[in-house]
Amino acid sequence: MTDQVSMAPEKVIPPAPGSPVAAEPRKQRTLTADVWRQFRQHKGGVIGAIVFLTIIFLVVFGPSIHGIDPSALNVRERNAGISFAHPMGTDNLGRDTFAQILAGGRTSLSVGVTAMMLSLLLGTTIGVMAGYFKKLEGPLMRLTDLFLALPLLPLLLVIIMLFRDTLRRSFGPETGIFMLIVFVIGITSWMQTARIVRGAVLSVKEQEFVLAAKSIGTRERRVITRHILPNVLSPIMVSATLGIATAIITESALSFLGLGFPSDYPTWGRLLFDGVNFMQINPSRVIWPGLAISLTVLSVNYIGDGIRDALDPRIRGR
Amino acid sequence: MSLETAMARPTHHVPSDETLVSIDNLKVHFPVHKGIFRRKAGAVRAVDGLTFEIKKGETLGLVGESGCGKSTTGRALLRLYRASDGKIVFDGTDIASLEGDALRRQRPRMQMIFQDPQASLNPRMTVGAIIAEPLVEHGVMDAKGRKARVRELLDAVGLNPDYVNRYPHEFSGGQRQRIGIARALALDPEFIVCDEPIAALDVSIQAQVVNLLEDLQAKLGLTYLFISHDLSMVKHIADRVAVMYLGKIVELADVESLFADPKHPYTKALLSAVPVPDPKVEASRRRIILTGDIPDPANPPAGCRFCTRCPEVFDRCRVEEPAWREVQPGRFAACHRVEGGEPSKAT
Repeated sequence: MTDQVSMAPEKVIPPAPGSPVAAEPRKQRTLTADVWRQFRQHKGGVIGAIVFLTIIFLVVFGPSIHGIDPSALNVRERNAGISFAHPMGTDNLGRDTFAQILAGGRTSLSVGVTAMMLSLLLGTTIGVMAGYFKKLEGPLMRLTDLFLALPLLPLLLVIIMLFRDTLRRSFGPETGIFMLIVFVIGITSWMQTARIVRGAVLSVKEQEFVLAAKSIGTRERRVITRHILPNVLSPIMVSATLGIATAIITESALSFLGLGFPSDYPTWGRLLFDGVNFMQINPSRVIWPGLAISLTVLSVNYIGDGIRDALDPRIRGR
Repeated sequence: MSLETAMARPTHHVPSDETLVSIDNLKVHFPVHKGIFRRKAGAVRAVDGLTFEIKKGETLGLVGESGCGKSTTGRALLRLYRASDGKIVFDGTDIASLEGDALRRQRPRMQMIFQDPQASLNPRMTVGAIIAEPLVEHGVMDAKGRKARVRELLDAVGLNPDYVNRYPHEFSGGQRQRIGIARALALDPEFIVCDEPIAALDVSIQAQVVNLLEDLQAKLGLTYLFISHDLSMVKHIADRVAVMYLGKIVELADVESLFADPKHPYTKALLSAVPVPDPKVEASRRRIILTGDIPDPANPPAGCRFCTRCPEVFDRCRVEEPAWREVQPGRFAACHRVEGGEPSKAT
């Protein structure tokens, strides 16, 4: 009951048994190492990462291993089943499905990831601005409502009609269309993210640590990047993983309507829709692209889950 | 460590006569918007005309019931809320009118300790990063100096300096509050607003934290505004006490005379609610029980704000607002009853 009692630490937290910290208590822990260690604990995340990396590896290096040209016709071997020469069979024109999936994956994945990043950037920026700055909330959320209320498909049609030819001329048919599709998907899918992020920001910014940061004299920009953003990461992660799936599927829909990539240019969505008419003759034509899309979406979802948990120190400690 | 033993410890610091913060007619009103056009329909008068001074090195206790504007006052003093009217003169500078960088330069001199130690620490930052944030923001040291300073601060608040890499959730409530105190101390402030720093803690931990605050005050010559609704703790730690009711200070006096001889009826009622740790005295203790609820701060009663609940109310209270005046040297009150309700001059 003296001064010493008040100054002594209340209790020493013992490091968790078996954790690497216990072995070397003085070792400086780094955030990246901590996050990586926790991510490896998340089974779904690790499996998802392996699957996703395999898909990327196949899509990037596959064509040089499986050397068949995806657009080469071979009428003698049309609608063929699984064989050594054609691991996923062929279509009604004798084109190799595996080669088409590999080639289509390049487009689908890059469209999916880029469009997701664009919509995430837009959604997060607008959500954070609307949630943090009271004056911007009204205008930005009404803008979000406006975009949500727009009939998307007609809008997409108009945008593509207006800009397709201009972009084709200036960037070439493939890059031009790619940019157009990424842009179109990006600006029509950020609204959910913005709403969710705004809600999360509204609750985080009322917490006392934000007030504490202000009393320290932290600049607004820093308050947002250091205190608000890390604490709204979970909903952003979830939006991001779902966003890839939506982007791939929207791109398929656009290709199906003939507004996406040219018809001889394979993407997973295009293959799927081309296959629909032949579903009864040759069901593998829809199964393979469908499987590719599902596997990608699922693995990305699990990776997102794992990263989200690994970035949360409250979960990481366990 | 029990509360009683903590109470028994003498305070070492000696407040000087120099004024550090002087508040003149401070008002904080929060506008209320109504209707589809969000027109301003009135204002919640959370703080409505405070005038008082805080002397260098003293602890000024600020007490009152929930919702009376204690925390708002504390936050307005640090300019976390914009003052609607009035002056806050901090060591010669009126900070109520400062903006931007000029205000930011004043920030290191005044800091805050928050009520909820869980909510006041960012769960995604390590303890080291939390305590170093003020140092980073004001660019006072290089990375190496900051590291040393963080360890020094952790040591000063009674935590193991090796905890720098841990996250707030790994600590107990009392330890988290110590982290909050270390952060507040990082920039060597002169003035600290303690916004109910012990309300969320266990009684045994409360005593430890209060002792730590007192030790730091003695060591560093800090000035505290100690906001609390725990009257016995205020009696222990404060040099002077201000009693707030519905956005106004009703009485301000040094701690001994306020607790021995309260002037304002509200202070009397408040003090009669303090339990006495002696069963015999406690059994004969007479409580003044106020009737009714605290009025709506957006629509306070005319005249004296306490007139709806005051046991000593008379006609004049409902018409004329009592002036804030010095009733005895060093004792302030706002009540018509004090000194026989002599005519008061408008402030």
